[in-house]
Amino acid sequence: MTRTEWKQIGKGLAFCSPWLIGFMVFTLIPVVLSLYYSVCDYSLLQPPAYIGGANYHELLDDPIFRKSLTNTLLYAIIALPAGLMVSLGLALLLNVKVAGQTFYRTVIFLPSLVPTVASAMLWMWLFNAKLGLINTVLDWLPFRLLIAGINAILGLVHLPQIETPIGWLTNPAWALPALAFMSFWGVGHTVVIYLAGLQDVPSELLESAEIDGAGMTRRLWHVTLPMLSPVIFFNLIMAIIGTLQVFAIPYIMTGGGPARATYFFTMYLYDNAFRYLKMGYASAMAWIQLLIILALTAIAFWSSRKWVYYQGK
Amino acid sequence: MSTLETEIQNRVSNSPTISATARPVAKRKHLERWVATIALLLICIGFALPFVWMLSTSLKTLDKTMEVPPHFWPSPMVPGNYWKVINHPKLDFPLLARNTLIIAVLSVLGTVISSSLVAYGFAKVRFKGSGVLFVMMLATMMIPFPVMMVSLFSIFRWLGDHTPVQFLGTLRPLWLPTWFGSAFNIFLLRQFFMTIPDELSEAALMDGCSEWGIFQRIILPLSKPALSVVALFTFMGAWNDFLGPLVYIQHPQQYTLALGLQTFQSQHGGTEWNLLMAASVLVILPVIILFFLAQKTFIQGIATTGLKG
Repeated sequence: MTRTEWKQIGKGLAFCSPWLIGFMVFTLIPVVLSLYYSVCDYSLLQPPAYIGGANYHELLDDPIFRKSLTNTLLYAIIALPAGLMVSLGLALLLNVKVAGQTFYRTVIFLPSLVPTVASAMLWMWLFNAKLGLINTVLDWLPFRLLIAGINAILGLVHLPQIETPIGWLTNPAWALPALAFMSFWGVGHTVVIYLAGLQDVPSELLESAEIDGAGMTRRLWHVTLPMLSPVIFFNLIMAIIGTLQVFAIPYIMTGGGPARATYFFTMYLYDNAFRYLKMGYASAMAWIQLLIILALTAIAFWSSRKWVYYQGK
Repeated sequence: MSTLETEIQNRVSNSPTISATARPVAKRKHLERWVATIALLLICIGFALPFVWMLSTSLKTLDKTMEVPPHFWPSPMVPGNYWKVINHPKLDFPLLARNTLIIAVLSVLGTVISSSLVAYGFAKVRFKGSGVLFVMMLATMMIPFPVMMVSLFSIFRWLGDHTPVQFLGTLRPLWLPTWFGSAFNIFLLRQFFMTIPDELSEAALMDGCSEWGIFQRIILPLSKPALSVVALFTFMGAWNDFLGPLVYIQHPQQYTLALGLQTFQSQHGGTEWNLLMAASVLVILPVIILFFLAQKTFIQGIATTGLKG
């Protein structure tokens, strides 16, 4: 290499040095350490002692680990596709040119700004079985009739009835769906990303489809959605990473209860690390979490070849 | 869509063959808009109701929050709840706000300074190996925080034992890492710096300007919109963070708003809902004000992260 090339490398590394140091100290070393801890018995009070794959072995037989994992996957299955569809639907609605569009956009975006703790407080109050707004609204006649109707159908197929007032956060059957429902309130962020994507759908395409007699659904299905698919894909990846790590909201609102119905993966990880001081065990969990996220992301990437359409530029 | 409409109108008047299909299109547009408006109105009521309910509860007396069915309008109205929250002995609001602000301001400064430096290195300095480093940096974004949580905790403990600087039990673990660049923000800024033409910096180089001079006098002033996006998101992140403080903070003296509010709620069993709602309003308010002050930055920031990601 010539002298100028060396000089360039020196300059480049100098500018990148904050990140290089940070990468070493706050990413690389922690990741390697965590891999090491995961094969150790480490209680924080004593130095880590190598125990091989014992932590991973123990996890396989740990019913709470299995419960927390199934809870997390169940939550992801409920909240993730619904969340993506709700936000896409809202974005499509907000893209229709109507009077007061900015106002509607603002109202739907604002909840996504609410700090996690504050929205947890607010929704605990809204979900309150006796005094909460949601059960108050459900006590109105049309909703009472609706619930009675649902119960009649449930009775026909011998399923358990909906008991009112619903204990949203105190009934094991309702707590997880309640948290998923609440997550829709904060979709504003995703909606904005979709809206930005919708601006890039070429209007010539939509217009010519329209002139050719394509109705709203066909334009949506054959023009808008394919053009939007890279953005949907981006939001899907983000949602996978975020949903599988769900922690703060259930930690604050239910503490994992009732009957561990909302006890999620990261909560058990946190409890192992900082409550039971089983740092090695927690690290093994963290690695399993990382592998699950990587696997799901890889599947998403692999499937994207079939449904994501990149416009030739 | 108005241009589309005029175009359709033109075609309708110009060619009699198209008018047969175009008129129902215009009519359908009209219907579409009405349906959308009604749907949006209903949805917006749903989205706004929690806010309204929070405000209403925060202004009620404790007895009135226990009413079944609850009344919408607080009477008597007690704005004093807010004062009570700010001065509550169990919820040292000024202290919590101070701690949160310290973390937020130091994080914003650290992120903006360090991330812009690194982004400049990636965007404007051509050096061997920068491509590999950049890909490595992007890859780190995929690593979930829980993977590093345990070892970061023990690293900070080790640093406290082996250096004169304490970390655990102080606010430092929450803002110090931000001074070493954050992958997401470096990426964001790098993409922006790339759009600034190289001719500018080359001309400056000819005139004897140093690399540092180009960064400071040309790139930074031209990048104010991107820098404010980074600053805003970092501030929001610090203000919202719950898991970080939960892991690193040990004494109530260092509690942030998020942690303090959660502790207050869990210790009181969630009975004083009027005070809890007033406290929540106070935590939300700065964020909402910030949004209305910097609405454009917010929306553009989110939009670009989604499209360039």
